[in-house]
Amino acid sequence: MAQTKQKRFILRTIILSVLVFAIVYTIYNNATKEKVEVLGIGDEAPDFTLVDLNGEEHRLSDYKGQGVFLNFWGTWCKPCAKEMPAMDRQYETFKEQGVQILAVNIAQSDFEVQQFASQYGLDFPIVIDKTKSVMEAYNIDPLPTTLLINPEGKIEQIVRGEMTEQDIAGFMEQIRPE
Amino acid sequence: MTLVSISSNLLFVAFVCYLIATMFFGGAVKVSGSKTSASERRWGRIGIIVTIVGFIANLAYFITRWIAAGHAPVSNLFEFTTAFGMMVVGAFILIYFIYKTPLLGLFALPIAIIIIGFASMFPRDINPLIPALKSYWLTVHVTTAALGEAILAISAVAGLIYLLKNVDITKKTKQRFWLEAVMFTLVLVLGFVASTTTFSVMDYEAKFNYVDKEQKEKEIIYNTPPIFGMNEFEALTPGTMTPLAEMPSIVNAKKLTTVTWSLLFGTVLYVLLRLITRKSISALLKPFAQKANSQLMDEIGYRAVSIGFPVFTLGALIFAMIWAHEAWSRFWGWDPKEVWALITWLFYAAFLHLRLSRGWHGEKSAWLAVIGFIIIMFNLIAVNLIIAGLHSYA
Amino acid sequence: MNNIICACGHENPEGTVLCGNCGRPLTKEAKNQKLADMRYEGTARRSQTYNKSIIDKIWNFFSSVKIGITIIVAILVAAAIGTILPQVLYVPATTEADIAAYYERVYGTFGKIYYELGLSDLYGSWWFQTLIGMLGISLIVASLDRFIPLYKSLKKQRTKRHESFMKRQRLYAQGENILGENSLAKSEEKLKELRYKVTREDGALLAEKGRFARWGPYVNHVGLIIFLFGVMLRALPGFYVDETMWIREGETRAIPEAPGFYLESKEFILETYDKATEDEVFGEAIDRVGTIASNYQTDVVLYKKPEEALPGQTDDLKEVKKESIQVNHPLKFEGYSVFQMDFRLDELKTMHFKLSNKASGETLGDLAIDLVNPETSYDVGKGSKVELLGYYPDFSGFENGEPQTKSPVPNNPAFLVKMFTPETPEGETSFVAIKQTVEPLGDNEFKLEFQNVDTRDVSGLTIRKDKTLWILALGGLLFMIGVAQGSYFNHRRIWIHESTEGHLVVAAHTNKNWFGVKKELDQVTEAAQLPPYIDQHDTEGQELKEDGEKSS
Repeated sequence: MAQTKQKRFILRTIILSVLVFAIVYTIYNNATKEKVEVLGIGDEAPDFTLVDLNGEEHRLSDYKGQGVFLNFWGTWCKPCAKEMPAMDRQYETFKEQGVQILAVNIAQSDFEVQQFASQYGLDFPIVIDKTKSVMEAYNIDPLPTTLLINPEGKIEQIVRGEMTEQDIAGFMEQIRPE
Repeated sequence: MTLVSISSNLLFVAFVCYLIATMFFGGAVKVSGSKTSASERRWGRIGIIVTIVGFIANLAYFITRWIAAGHAPVSNLFEFTTAFGMMVVGAFILIYFIYKTPLLGLFALPIAIIIIGFASMFPRDINPLIPALKSYWLTVHVTTAALGEAILAISAVAGLIYLLKNVDITKKTKQRFWLEAVMFTLVLVLGFVASTTTFSVMDYEAKFNYVDKEQKEKEIIYNTPPIFGMNEFEALTPGTMTPLAEMPSIVNAKKLTTVTWSLLFGTVLYVLLRLITRKSISALLKPFAQKANSQLMDEIGYRAVSIGFPVFTLGALIFAMIWAHEAWSRFWGWDPKEVWALITWLFYAAFLHLRLSRGWHGEKSAWLAVIGFIIIMFNLIAVNLIIAGLHSYA
Repeated sequence: MNNIICACGHENPEGTVLCGNCGRPLTKEAKNQKLADMRYEGTARRSQTYNKSIIDKIWNFFSSVKIGITIIVAILVAAAIGTILPQVLYVPATTEADIAAYYERVYGTFGKIYYELGLSDLYGSWWFQTLIGMLGISLIVASLDRFIPLYKSLKKQRTKRHESFMKRQRLYAQGENILGENSLAKSEEKLKELRYKVTREDGALLAEKGRFARWGPYVNHVGLIIFLFGVMLRALPGFYVDETMWIREGETRAIPEAPGFYLESKEFILETYDKATEDEVFGEAIDRVGTIASNYQTDVVLYKKPEEALPGQTDDLKEVKKESIQVNHPLKFEGYSVFQMDFRLDELKTMHFKLSNKASGETLGDLAIDLVNPETSYDVGKGSKVELLGYYPDFSGFENGEPQTKSPVPNNPAFLVKMFTPETPEGETSFVAIKQTVEPLGDNEFKLEFQNVDTRDVSGLTIRKDKTLWILALGGLLFMIGVAQGSYFNHRRIWIHESTEGHLVVAAHTNKNWFGVKKELDQVTEAAQLPPYIDQHDTEGQELKEDGEKSS
């Protein structure tokens, strides 16, 4: 008798706790739904290939062994315009040390991108994501967003919004191969 | 004669048949003594035959209009409400053949008549379907939902008869008050029909400019003398009445005016009735209900809910969800109409549980059935007219 | 635990109301009742008997139908409150501040309070979801608790019941056995004709049908539980995709959250009803309402990238299918659905200019600038050309003398151009916007004159993938089966006993639709000349019947 009683107690406790847990978890998840990220720190950066202004193809996995400073931007975006000259200056220093910048423009015309690049005298490769497929793969929002990819091809950090020159230098240092 | 006008005439024929059938059912109840007599059966039989003739005319209206429009006539408030009235009659015929009670007809048909009369007050032209409605699910979802609601409405009719018989109207009780309140509400619907008809016969029209809640200038046409004016109104039709009061922008003063006129006409009608008969409406109807078998009415009420509930679930929730998934990309979006369908469903679920597990039979059950019908009518009328949402097509 | 020993010698577990063997009432209340409570006859609902620990108390709380109904009513009332004002979802504002301002501006103080109380997002609130969760727990616990008692009570049915059980049935008859030994046989014959399952045991008969109807409520509750489970899964990542995309005519775009799939918009089509042509019946409605749309449609081509291709490689996309997405006709592929949800008409696509001499008005030639893909230089003919120095698709003014653009969308395109003609080989610089021409380096001889524009439409599409749909469908289906099973079929039982004094005792029970079982019992009564039954519940009908008998 006592045994069945205990069994019943355990069974009921288990059922109730499972149900309560499931409900609490669901409500929690619903409340934080917007913040769920597709890509996180430590994930493998999805490979892609895009063509730059000179018609050269850039494939992310070709830069394995180097740190990749992956910047998503648009010509109309003010913070992008502010940080790009700084990126260019740091690029001068770090490209010798194995840090590569890839600036991915989101589906704008060659004319606008070219004009922007010459206006600011940018040296690093700028590629255009014509179909927004790379943007989708990286779930980019808002512009600018920068991903720091280490020499192993893993995401080190995701930076949303504008960076100062100091930040940029620090980030490049972070992904510089040993 | 065009198909459309044939269709309208058929609806009128159905309407008249229902009126005549009501009288025969009244006769059946009047002549019968305490037991089933041959003449009761005769009157009852004529009543049901006339009802069926009316129903066939009603169906013919539905089908001809369907052919004329190229889609099931359930796409605006007039069409939907008329279809609902027709299905109430259909549900009554079904229940009649199970239980053979002319008394039910005496109450169900007037309800259907009021519903159809109410429906006719709305624009009756044939609407083309907007893209969201272009789907066979329109037919499937709306007809099933209306059928379910119609069967549930029969339970309210049985409940009303039960209450008329069992509520003691000689004493001043809460029950007596609320029963009379339900009757008064029905008279208000008649008041709406009377006021709308009066002003439309007079061809009343008054145009106004006003400013809506988004601060945009708009134009509106009143078909009743404007008691209330829209936000920052400006009269455009000379020689019409000046609104007595101006409403803020979130209140649709035109609808408020219509409601006020209905209240006025309805109240006058009610007061006249009471003055002439010197009785409350409950007391007027009680002699007819007196012949009902309470047990049978309770049974019919419950049976109607148990037949109607699955149909309602299928039409108003399941089919609705399937269609919403096709048309709006999600099966549920908390649109007011959806929410009220859910509320109706929850209400009847509670009804069934109260009855089965808590033993709410008889009077309590009858009250619930009447409240259920009020919720259905609220969803049908108020949600479309007052609360804006995806369903407010009419 | 204290077992109750019935007068017939059967041992019943605590909590039993009617003896499991003979049906005698066991509790004091049951003995005093005129009619027996037949729901779990012969078994005990054990949950009610243990109430020691806190867990048992919680369990019993959720097991109670009263609590279940209370939860239903609470959800009902909350849901109704949520319809008083539009929910956040339907409000034309996105940021918290805008939404708050909207409620206050449009609905005044009431709107402000409504918003502050969180009623504007009622269905997404934690407490509303908790209520739904509690309903789920109640459904599960209540079903578990009642399953076994019902199973037992239906399983062990004795043919022979005690007289006190028979007497407490709503339909009851007692009287002379007219046909003697043939009574039961005749009854059996008739009952079998009525498709009852009949069992007989010395002098007693039990006829039963529609037992499965008793399981209806359990089936529909299981259906609901599955449905709620499906709804719960949607909160987990990966089960549910809900994205929107705007795509312009002529564009090819990656479909959000659908890796490897691309969509190209060929054309957006907006059609309206025209009473002058085929839609004559709708004439009055069109006159009353104005223009009525008949179709929103985006003609698309769906592409898939080759297996090995990476994002960004879009040269050799494979066409999967061409389709016209309409409202009510989504594009479907591999579990995804793409819906026509919105549109924007007439976004600028190409601007046409002519280069002319300001003084003489003479035209040197035309040029068309593709706003999506402008070129660096345009040859106008007759030895003239226009070079593009700058392009500002959404021109928003000057900052430090620099033209600015606020978005990449050509809402207000502006250009900085240099015009070369045989007369002005050095070139003249001009800034050209839609209603504005600025000549920054002094007066020019030539100008770019705006002619007209080509436009294109933008389609707003919604992308959905819902892995829980089949669970929801299964839940819905089970619910419908269960509710039909419980509503359209009834569990009917008829007992006929030969009593010792040469009398017959008849009793009948049904879980619903007494009218139906009465009709059948009438037939059996007639066929086997059973004593006339009375409905012990229907006092009015009884009086009438008695009146009738007296008067006849």
